[in-house]
Amino acid sequence: MFDSYSISELGSIFVMQGFAGLILFSVYLLMALGLAIIFGQMGVINMAHGEFMILGAYVTYFTSQAFQHFLPALFPAYFFVAMALAFVASGTLGMIVEWGLIRHLYKRPLDTLLATWGLSLILQQVYRSVFGPREVGVELPAWMMGSLKLTDTIEVQINGLFVMTLTVIITAVVAVMMFRSRWGMQVRAVVLNRMMASAVGINTERVDRLTFGIGCGIAGVAGSAFTMIGSTGPTAGQLYIVDTFLVVVFGGAQSLIGTILSALSISQTQSTLEFFLSGSIAKVITLLGVVGILMLRPQGLFTLKVRR
Amino acid sequence: MPKDPTSGPVDQTRRRLLMGAAALPLAGLLPKSVLAAPATAAVNTTGLAVTDTEVTVGILHSVTGTMAISETGSVQAEKLAIEQINAMGGVLGRKIKFIQEDGASDWPTFAEKAKKLLVNDKCASVFGCWTSASRKAVLPVFEQYNGMLYYPTFYEGLEQSKNVIYTGQEATQQIIAGLDWVNKTKNAKTFYLLGSDYIWPRTSNKIARKHIEKYLKGCKVVGEEYFPLGHTQFNSVINKIKLTKPDVIYAIIVGGSNVAFYKQLKAAGIDLSKQTLLTISVTEDEIDGIGGENIAGAFACMKYFQSLDNANNKAFVAAFKKMWGDKTVIGDVTQAAYLGPWLWKATVEKAGSFDIDKVAAASPDVEFKGAPEGYVKIHPNHHLWSKTRVGKAKLDGQFELIYETADLVEPDPFPKGYQ
Repeated sequence: MFDSYSISELGSIFVMQGFAGLILFSVYLLMALGLAIIFGQMGVINMAHGEFMILGAYVTYFTSQAFQHFLPALFPAYFFVAMALAFVASGTLGMIVEWGLIRHLYKRPLDTLLATWGLSLILQQVYRSVFGPREVGVELPAWMMGSLKLTDTIEVQINGLFVMTLTVIITAVVAVMMFRSRWGMQVRAVVLNRMMASAVGINTERVDRLTFGIGCGIAGVAGSAFTMIGSTGPTAGQLYIVDTFLVVVFGGAQSLIGTILSALSISQTQSTLEFFLSGSIAKVITLLGVVGILMLRPQGLFTLKVRR
Repeated sequence: MPKDPTSGPVDQTRRRLLMGAAALPLAGLLPKSVLAAPATAAVNTTGLAVTDTEVTVGILHSVTGTMAISETGSVQAEKLAIEQINAMGGVLGRKIKFIQEDGASDWPTFAEKAKKLLVNDKCASVFGCWTSASRKAVLPVFEQYNGMLYYPTFYEGLEQSKNVIYTGQEATQQIIAGLDWVNKTKNAKTFYLLGSDYIWPRTSNKIARKHIEKYLKGCKVVGEEYFPLGHTQFNSVINKIKLTKPDVIYAIIVGGSNVAFYKQLKAAGIDLSKQTLLTISVTEDEIDGIGGENIAGAFACMKYFQSLDNANNKAFVAAFKKMWGDKTVIGDVTQAAYLGPWLWKATVEKAGSFDIDKVAAASPDVEFKGAPEGYVKIHPNHHLWSKTRVGKAKLDGQFELIYETADLVEPDPFPKGYQ
């Protein structure tokens, strides 16, 4: 497929392809972060993760509508407000869900799978009934559209750069919170030994609620960011859930660095194979690879030593 | 009995009156324009849900689940058609009553509900299904219990049943004229075929490839690719498109993937006013989610666009918006769904009976002059003769009609030379 192309043409295609891989990496990491916190730190299998993302997407949609009607002058900046609101909305819903549903199931982690799957169906139908079954189109400010021309032949997408930046920031914030803050220390203590943590005076209920809320909030921000590249509809969350679990499980559920490296390896494999083979085959080979490696390393790429 | 006159040719009216023994004594007393409905025993010999004043039909679409996004428009169109037919006096003097069931985007559920509509409710006909998977699931039910299904979606062809009337286009009706048009007017020689990975895009692209390679002079396919349903990352294939520089991107991507594809195409700097893109999977409905600014300039090959400029369509669009709100848009399939009840009414009146066998036998050559897309006619293979049209997507989410075939295109669900 490469005959009849000049070296410079090929070079720029490879640069752009590398960039495509990086965008995919950021997307995977961004959608997996929230789940990594919830699944990795709390052991809750949150099948409704995609629906928390879509809540963020809907919040973005309504924010954009509100700015268009009431503050058209500030429209170029609405996206930042939308992301903040998405975090608050999904986070709040997450805390409510934790209080009403999840906390009763901590002793039965497998049942959380069924409960949150039911929750995801309920949320989908709520979105459908409230927002309508049709997809909504989120209008972006002009500066976020199109691409930057680096050279005559190399172009990089602005929304791709935006997602990458956002991913870096959120990952950094999560890492700092997890390893440098009091909350992070408490979360890690609760994960390692819930009874002991409770015995030394950590309010484990509060930690759980906050953790679940933050995980869902990050999902909301991810959903908000994905309105730039994907669709916003009642069932759009389903598009992300499989890849999200794949990244988290493959990386080793309790390790942030594992999630990052897993997102990196899956996205690079996927995007390289997609380029040389085709979309469906790329997916098949990627999944086979993941299955193979998980058979050899059932705990994922990286594992923490956990007292069980 | 309703006093409204039913419309229909005179000879049929006479026959119906003769068959309607109960109506005979009255006939002499009524003015000529007012016709009595024929007796139920005469028009319904197989125990369908037909009374002297009412006939029951089914509507079977997904209003919950993933497919609700697509099927909502069809439900709305069918309800509008039924309401309009009732306002005109109904079918054979009987008002249409509908029972709506939800297929819930789940194919076994479709089969179960189809059985319920046919066996329990004895529906005289059913308007429904959207995806090929749901149609394949209900087909054995309709054949076993002898029901009548009016199926609205454009689809891959390779099917024909006594019990189904296909009011959308089969694949060749949607593909061939569009490819000929793009080859001629855009001087296109190289094509990049894309699709979601299931039967409709694959069969359609197979027909497209055959046509490009066999019938279009000097044309070739430079790439063909499929993506899993729900795929959201298209940057790699967009780079491949940039590398191969095809004259035409031929896209049959569906669902949420569609939105992702066009957004990323736009972000990657592919300008659809310079790069020709032809799709058979984007209607006004899909543009709602994609956003007009992301797809403006693309060409879609359909049989109907909301913007068609004819009296039928203007009345249809006005009635549709009046019933379902100003903001609703009408896509190709919605219009095809609207045809279902009307074609059924015309067929029943031609047959002079609600009996499924008589309706199926009378279907060939049934015409509907009031179709928003213009005149349509049922072919003996139970598909519709219809025109193929190419539209150009505009910023506001509507299409501008660019080209239409001069004549109706014959439906050919088993195209020779394309298998």
